[in-house]
Amino acid sequence: MATVSFADASRIYPDTDAPAVDSLDLDIADGEFLVLVGPSGCGKSTTLRMLAGLEPVDGGSVFIGERDVTNVPAKDRDIAMVFQSYALYPHMTVADNIGFHLRIKRVPKQERAKRVHEAASLLGLEDYLDRKPAKLSGGQRQRVAMGRAIVRQPLAFLMDEPLSNLDAKLRVQTRTQIAALQRRLGVTTVYVTHDQVEAMTMGDRVAVLDKGILQQCDTPRELFARPVNLFVAGFIGSPAMNLFPATVNEQGATFEDLTVPLTPSQRRELSADQVRIGVRPDGWEVGSGDGSASSLEATVEVVEELGTEAFVYAITERQTPVVTRAEGMTTIDKGDKISLVPKVESLHLFDETTGARLIA
Amino acid sequence: MVTTRLVQTVVAVVALAVISGVYLKAGGRLISGMPTRLRGVAAATVWVGPAVLIVAIVLVGPALSTLRLSLFDGDGDEFVGAENYTTAAGNDEILISLRNSVLWVVSLPVLSVAVGLAMAVLADRVRYESVVKSVLFLPVAISAVAAGVIWRFMLDYRPPGAPQTGTLNAIVTAIPGVTPVAWLVDRTTNNVALIGATLWTQAGFAMVILSAGLRSIPGELSEAARLDGASEWQLFRRIKLPLLAPTIVVVMTTMAVIALKAFDIVYVMTNGAYDTDVLATSMYKQLFSDRHQGRASAIATILMLAVTPIMVYNVRVYRREAVGR
Repeated sequence: MATVSFADASRIYPDTDAPAVDSLDLDIADGEFLVLVGPSGCGKSTTLRMLAGLEPVDGGSVFIGERDVTNVPAKDRDIAMVFQSYALYPHMTVADNIGFHLRIKRVPKQERAKRVHEAASLLGLEDYLDRKPAKLSGGQRQRVAMGRAIVRQPLAFLMDEPLSNLDAKLRVQTRTQIAALQRRLGVTTVYVTHDQVEAMTMGDRVAVLDKGILQQCDTPRELFARPVNLFVAGFIGSPAMNLFPATVNEQGATFEDLTVPLTPSQRRELSADQVRIGVRPDGWEVGSGDGSASSLEATVEVVEELGTEAFVYAITERQTPVVTRAEGMTTIDKGDKISLVPKVESLHLFDETTGARLIA
Repeated sequence: MVTTRLVQTVVAVVALAVISGVYLKAGGRLISGMPTRLRGVAAATVWVGPAVLIVAIVLVGPALSTLRLSLFDGDGDEFVGAENYTTAAGNDEILISLRNSVLWVVSLPVLSVAVGLAMAVLADRVRYESVVKSVLFLPVAISAVAAGVIWRFMLDYRPPGAPQTGTLNAIVTAIPGVTPVAWLVDRTTNNVALIGATLWTQAGFAMVILSAGLRSIPGELSEAARLDGASEWQLFRRIKLPLLAPTIVVVMTTMAVIALKAFDIVYVMTNGAYDTDVLATSMYKQLFSDRHQGRASAIATILMLAVTPIMVYNVRVYRREAVGR
């Protein structure tokens, strides 16, 4: 077990101008579960592959523990990886797949069998040890891939979208299992996903990447409560945060009938007179269209009833879509006029040009 | 004369097209007119029937008549039972050709897989991979007769002291104290030289097939093995080679059949002299030099029996693969 650090690490693919990973600085604590998340092409997988040694590092360094592994080949890094496709060896049984590393390292047969059994029982695979991967279900294959990683007791686990080939129900189940297993084994884990729900539920900390640049690395709560910029604000949370372009004036920032006051320090940080007002779907007080001074008037288009809660998709007078959360079994219906007042504590303000959060 | 031929050809082509069209139409109508439970059998008979008939006429028929001829005397007049086979078993020339064919069948598949695999693995690591592979594949496109002529020049022998025009002897005699070798005359080297020339014409083919097999192994498997701590050699030995096994079997059986059918290289380079005959050249000699249909047919039958198990195995592997997909 060890810490993992990226120091100014970059990767530029041949024949491209923009770096896939741009001067990444990231320190991962010993035993931490860190999730790399971002849209496709954001550089999260490349980051993971740089750590694995499957992708060269074009600038900066990568450390595992105290050791600079920037130029160490993959086979000598002592880390285990779970691939999206699982990459199981099709000609080997489950036992041989799990024990392949031990065999390469010439671990005596008896100890090898013992450790393979331990890993298999941890994952409920004892009954399948003699099967070939082709005879397993998707969930079982995924567990074999996990078994191949945990049997090694490596310095770190790397997981590249390990759940994306499972069906929705199994994905939620396995998500919890992996998180629990990681806490139990205490092995430093770097986990790549494009699914922000996975990121928020699994990670001790979540690193959000976009266009090869690290946007924010924080606990899921911080990320949700205080996104540092427009990208993170829009990416984290489902449904996404409402973001309205607003003009700064004497009273504050105004979008349609909605005016949000600005503090003096926020005014000082402004680079121009355009800001974005951000309100999460659960950050509204919903009234029934009385047209009070600072509220958004909107007409309901769709109500997404989920039982315990409902999401109301409405459209403002100037045709801007807005989402709000309502109690389950809501009385709000399609075509209703509603009046939305943001709760003060859930207001977010961002500079339109720089995208940066305006701190109160 | 030429015009009549031309007209005949055109008429034949058109007639063939018309007959095929009519057959397809009539066949379709016939099948759809059948009761449902007979349709499967009818469809098979109508559509596969002609192909089976043609194969029967041009392959099975001759094979059976060869089998029959092998039990008759030299002119095919008198039934002699197994005499041709017993004579063959006591004939030194035929026995030597049998021994040589065994040598061919064992060494050509092994060598072509070894050389083809080495070329495939190494060419994959070169920058101008496609150019390198094309060059290595070129000998496959050369006719066996031309290859034989080329290798006769390569293996040419001149007495010691004379300028060595053969490439191989020129190289060998460059080492002080080494005398030129009569590669195609010396009984310890001549069969190997013939197999080597055939290998040269076939290794490129083996390389292409094996290279395609290597490519079909997902890259993530190699990455997983490297992360599992495997060295490049362990990766090749433990992951790639086992996954390549079906492809290797295909190459080996193909080469075994080529080895059994070997004729042209031997005919051009030594014409079977100095104990280099193989079954096919030996059969040719029995038929056209000794004019003995019986013994030639007996050798052909032996050849056919040798090839059959390999072909059956090949078809089985092919079927298993097709089902697995």
